[in-house]
Amino acid sequence: MSEHPLLSVRDLKVDFPTRRGTLKAIDGISFDIARGEILGVVGESGAGKSLTGSAIIGLLEPPGRISGGEVRLKGDRIDNLPAKAMRHIRGKRIGMIFQDPLTSLNPLFTIGEQIVETIMAHLPVSEREARERAVHLLDEVGIPAASQRLGAYPHQFSGGMRQRVVIALALCAEPELVIADEPTTALDVSVQAQIIRLLKRICRDHGASVMLITHDMGVIAETCDRVAVMYSGRIAEIGPVADVVRAPRHPYTIGLMGAIPTLDATEDRLTQIPGSMPRLDAIPSGCAFNPRCAHVFARCRQERPEPIDVGSSKVACWLAEEDGSRTIVDKKKADQLS
Amino acid sequence: MPPVVEVSNLSRTFDVSKPWLNRVLERAPKAYLKAAQDISFSIGKGETFALVGESGSGKSTVAKMVVGLLAASEGEIRIDGVDMRKSRNTAAMRGLRRRIQMIFQDPYASLNPRWRVDRIIAEPIRAFGLERGEQAISARVGELLELVRLNPRDGAKYPHEFSGGQRQRICIARALASRPEFIVCDEPTSALDVSVQAQILNLMRDLQDEFGLTYLFISHDLAVVRHMAARIGVMYLGRLVEVAKAGELFGNPQHPYTRMLLEAIPDLNMTGRPRKAVEGEIPNPINPPPGCSFHPRCPLANERCRIERPAFLTRQPATGVACHAVEEGRA
Ligand SMILES: Nc1ncnc2c1ncn2[C@@H]1O[C@H](COP(=O)(O)OP(=O)(O)OP(=O)(O)O)[C@@H](O)[C@H]1O
Ligand SMILES: Nc1ncnc2c1ncn2[C@@H]1O[C@H](COP(=O)(O)OP(=O)(O)OP(=O)(O)O)[C@@H](O)[C@H]1O
Ligand SMILES: [Mg+2]
Ligand SMILES: [Mg+2]
Repeated sequence: MSEHPLLSVRDLKVDFPTRRGTLKAIDGISFDIARGEILGVVGESGAGKSLTGSAIIGLLEPPGRISGGEVRLKGDRIDNLPAKAMRHIRGKRIGMIFQDPLTSLNPLFTIGEQIVETIMAHLPVSEREARERAVHLLDEVGIPAASQRLGAYPHQFSGGMRQRVVIALALCAEPELVIADEPTTALDVSVQAQIIRLLKRICRDHGASVMLITHDMGVIAETCDRVAVMYSGRIAEIGPVADVVRAPRHPYTIGLMGAIPTLDATEDRLTQIPGSMPRLDAIPSGCAFNPRCAHVFARCRQERPEPIDVGSSKVACWLAEEDGSRTIVDKKKADQLS
Repeated sequence: MPPVVEVSNLSRTFDVSKPWLNRVLERAPKAYLKAAQDISFSIGKGETFALVGESGSGKSTVAKMVVGLLAASEGEIRIDGVDMRKSRNTAAMRGLRRRIQMIFQDPYASLNPRWRVDRIIAEPIRAFGLERGEQAISARVGELLELVRLNPRDGAKYPHEFSGGQRQRICIARALASRPEFIVCDEPTSALDVSVQAQILNLMRDLQDEFGLTYLFISHDLAVVRHMAARIGVMYLGRLVEVAKAGELFGNPQHPYTRMLLEAIPDLNMTGRPRKAVEGEIPNPINPPPGCSFHPRCPLANERCRIERPAFLTRQPATGVACHAVEEGRA
C-alpha cells in the first residue's frame, strides 16, 4: 500500500447550484501530496484555495457540493464517505486550520476548555493528561505563560494568539495530514518562523504531510517542497518550489511573483496584474486568464489548456505547449532573484 | 503641519484575574495585563504611521483606543484637536465619527452575516446621509465594490459566500464608504494574495495623494510597511521601543529588538540564508520582566537594563528610541 501517496486528488470539481445556473468554483483539479511532504497552494483571492481544503475534509457549506472527481487518503476514497465516518477522519487523521481564526473558536468557552475537549475527543487520555498536553501545545505555538492563560476566552487573545490556538487545535490529535489555510497571516515574522519550524518538525518526526495555503511567498519558499498555483478554480502551474518561484512559466505565476513587495523596493507603486479575476458566472472560454494575459493568442480564447509536463512542473498554458523549452520569465524579477 | 492625531501617554490595563471564587480558594492575587503602556505618537495630515511588533505586543489595543472602541485606562487621544475621551457625545465628536474609520483584523467577524453586502457597505452612507436617494446610494456602493476589485453584482450576496480575501475587501469598501479622512488599518491586506494586495495598497496610496488621507497602519509584513509608511513605531510588550522614519528604520535600526525583527524576515531569494529567529522566550505579559522588558532576550543587556527601565529618548522631532545601550553608545 505504501506506493499510494498520502493524499491524492483527481479531477476534483466543486459546484454551487444557483437559480441562474451552476457556478463551477473548482473545475477539475488534480494533485498528490506525498508522505512527509509540504505542498504550498497559492493564487489569486477567490481562486478556490479554501474550497479545495473544505472539499477534501468534507466540510463544504451547502449548497456547495463535490460534483466530480475523487479524493483518496492513502489510497482509500474519502469524498463519498457517510457523514459519521468523515467526522472520524476529521480532526483525527486530517487536521484543518481554518482561515478565519475567530470563527473557528467558540466565544463562550475558554481556550483551555476547547483544547482539552478536542484532545479528549480524539485521544485516549485522562483530563489531567489532556490539560498537560494542551499547555505543551500552546507552548509549542509560542503562547507565553500558557498555563496561566488557559482560562482566557478567545476575545481576550490578540489576533495572532487566536490564530495560534487554532493551529494547536488542528495539531492536537497528531493527524497524518494538516490542511493549513493561511495559518500565519496574522503573525509577525518571528512567531511565523516558529510556526513554520513546528510544521516542518511534525512532517519530519511524524511523517505528517501539510497542504499549506498561503499568499506569503516568503513562507512558501522557505517551507514547501512543491507549490501549486491556482487561478479561477484550476491549477495553472504546479511543481518544485524552486522552479515555480524562480523560473515561473505560467504568465499568471510570473505576474504573481512580480507583485511581491520587496524590502529594498524604492519604487512608488507596487507592480500589479492588470484587471481582476473573473466572477464565477462569467469565466471566459479557453484559458480563464486570457483577458489579463500579455501573451494571449487566438488559441487561448478558444481552447482550455490542460496541465502538461514541462521539466519537473506541470503548466496549463498554450505557450508551454508551443515550445516546451521556452520560458517567458520576467527579466527584471529573474535578475533580482538570482 | 499640525498633527491630525496626537496620542500621549496612552495606557490600557486588562483585569485577567481568575473568577473570585477560584482566587479565594487558590489564594491567587488579582492579575493584570498591561496591554499598552505609556504610548505617545502623533500623525501628520496625509501621513502614514505604522505600528509593527510581535503578536500580542498591543498594536490592536492601541488601534481600538485611537478610534474610541476601547476605553483607555490612562492618557490622551486628540484627533484634530478634539479630546476623544472627554467629548464622547458632543457635536464635535459626532462630526469626527464619519471622518474616522477602522479596518479590522478579523474581516469575517466584523461583517454582519445576515446582511447582504450592498446593505453592509451602504450603511455608513445612509447613517451619515452622504448620498440622496436609493439610486445614488446603490451607484456609490457599486463604485466602492469596483474600487476594491469586486463586481457591483456581488453586492447581492452574503458575507459567507465570499472567500477570505474577498471579505477583507468588503471591509475596506465599507471603511471607504463614509469618505473618511483618517483610517486605522489593522492588518488590512493580511488575507490577500500579492497581486490583489498590490492593487489595494496602490489604491490606498492613490486615495491618500488625492484626498490627503491619514493612516495608522498595522501590519506584520515589514515589506508592506516599508512600502506604505513614512514613519514606523516598533512595539514590544505594550511599549513603544523605537520610532523612526521608514528608510532609517530599515537602513539603520537602533533598538536591538528592531534589529532582531529585521533579521527574522523570510528570505524569498532562497539563498539558503538561515533565517534568524528572534531569540529567547516571548515574555509573559502578565508578569513582565523588570527593567527593560526586552532584557532577557537582548544580546546587549547589562546590569542597568535588568533594573532600570529605559526612558524613550526623543531624537529628531517625532522619532526616538528607548534603550540604555543606544543611549550609552554601546549599541
Ligand atoms: N457559499 C458560497 N456560495 C457561493 N460562492 C462561494 C461560496 N463560498 C465560496 N464561494 C466562491 O468560490 C470562490 C472560491 O472561494 P475560496 O474561498 O476557495 O477562495 P480562496 O482561493 O480561498 O480565496 P482567498 O485567498 O481570498 O481566501 C470565490 O469566488 C467565492 O466567492
Ligand atoms: N479584552 C481583553 N482582555 C484581556 N486581555 C486582552 C484583551 N484584549 C487584548 N488582551 C491582551 O492584550 C495583549 C495585546 O493584545 P493586542 O490584540 O493589542 O495585540 P496585537 O499586537 O494586536 O497582536 P496581534 O499581532 O497578534 O494581533 C495580548 O496579550 C492580549 O491577550
Ligand atoms: Mg481562502
Ligand atoms: Mg492585533
